[in-house]
Amino acid sequence: MANDPIHQFQISKWIPIEVGGLDFSFTNSSAFMVATVVAAGAFLFLTTSSRGLVPGRLQSISEMSYEFVASMLRDSAGSHGMRFFPFVFSIFMFVLMANLLGLFPYFFTVTSHIIVTFALALLVIGTVVVYGFWKHGFGFLKLFVPQGVPGVVVPLVVLIEIVSFLSRPVSLSVRLFANMLAGHITLKVFAGFVTSMSALGAAGVAGAVLPLIMTVAITGLEFLVAFMQAYVFAVLTCMYLNDAVHPGH
Amino acid sequence: MADKDQPDDLERRRADLEKALAEKRPAKQDGGEGKTKGDMAGAAQALRLSSEFIAGVGVGAALGWFIDHFAGTSPWGLIIFLLLGFGAGVLNVLRSAGLVAEFGIRSSDDGRDPEKK
Repeated sequence: MANDPIHQFQISKWIPIEVGGLDFSFTNSSAFMVATVVAAGAFLFLTTSSRGLVPGRLQSISEMSYEFVASMLRDSAGSHGMRFFPFVFSIFMFVLMANLLGLFPYFFTVTSHIIVTFALALLVIGTVVVYGFWKHGFGFLKLFVPQGVPGVVVPLVVLIEIVSFLSRPVSLSVRLFANMLAGHITLKVFAGFVTSMSALGAAGVAGAVLPLIMTVAITGLEFLVAFMQAYVFAVLTCMYLNDAVHPGH
Repeated sequence: MADKDQPDDLERRRADLEKALAEKRPAKQDGGEGKTKGDMAGAAQALRLSSEFIAGVGVGAALGWFIDHFAGTSPWGLIIFLLLGFGAGVLNVLRSAGLVAEFGIRSSDDGRDPEKK
């Protein structure tokens, strides 16, 4: 068990709940989702509660994350897209906090399960589709018809565009999930080398320094990946929302 | 005399300092920000491209398989939609690399804000 790199992703039921034959149990995954939301909310609330005109260190972290997401959204979806700011900011903070919490030893990584990331991606695409149709009616479908294409190939292009659009939630969710999963497995495998090599005696202990260095290096890399994936998820969310706000001109 | 000279001197020195700072500031900021932004954006893009292509092919194949399953047209739906998915994957990659216009035709500054038009 100690050397099983997959064990960290197992779901365990903490409080079994069953409603109408469906399993609604409160699992370790649910617990860490709650912890993520609480941590993100508490961080933002506590750091900004002093309302300093000149921000302290923690307050400027909060303000920087706000500015970061706000400028990202304004750049890609224009000021009209700013109505989605609460949505994008929540998603960004949730993914970032879930990724970072997952880096604690013995903690469960919520975003390493594809169903979680896929649900987030479906939420994004669902928002795009619903808002697009609500705002532009069937004009939203112009999204799939690029201008300046000869009439003969339009059906083919439209089909390709539709498949391309449908592949968006998949690529969005697979990217986040795969990065977190692969990173955590790599980390666990290298850390496993340390223990199994040092069990071999003095030479093993000396050799175990190498995977230990790798483990430390990969931990640093994982912090980068945690930020990067939250950033990529939020950027793509902004770009997809841009399609809902301005479908083809 | 000395009383009058001193503020002038101070003004002049301040102006000099401002000028020197103004010369340094944009250059330093541009260099620093451009580099970190380039690194972040470049690595983020590298991660995007591979998954975009796989997702395109995967979704195409899944769509074809479902159509076959419900319409009983096996294996034609799978074949056709796998090819379409390949096309969509290539399109996804080119689009996220910025080589093809986004959905609809839009240049970088056009279409940012329809309210202004």
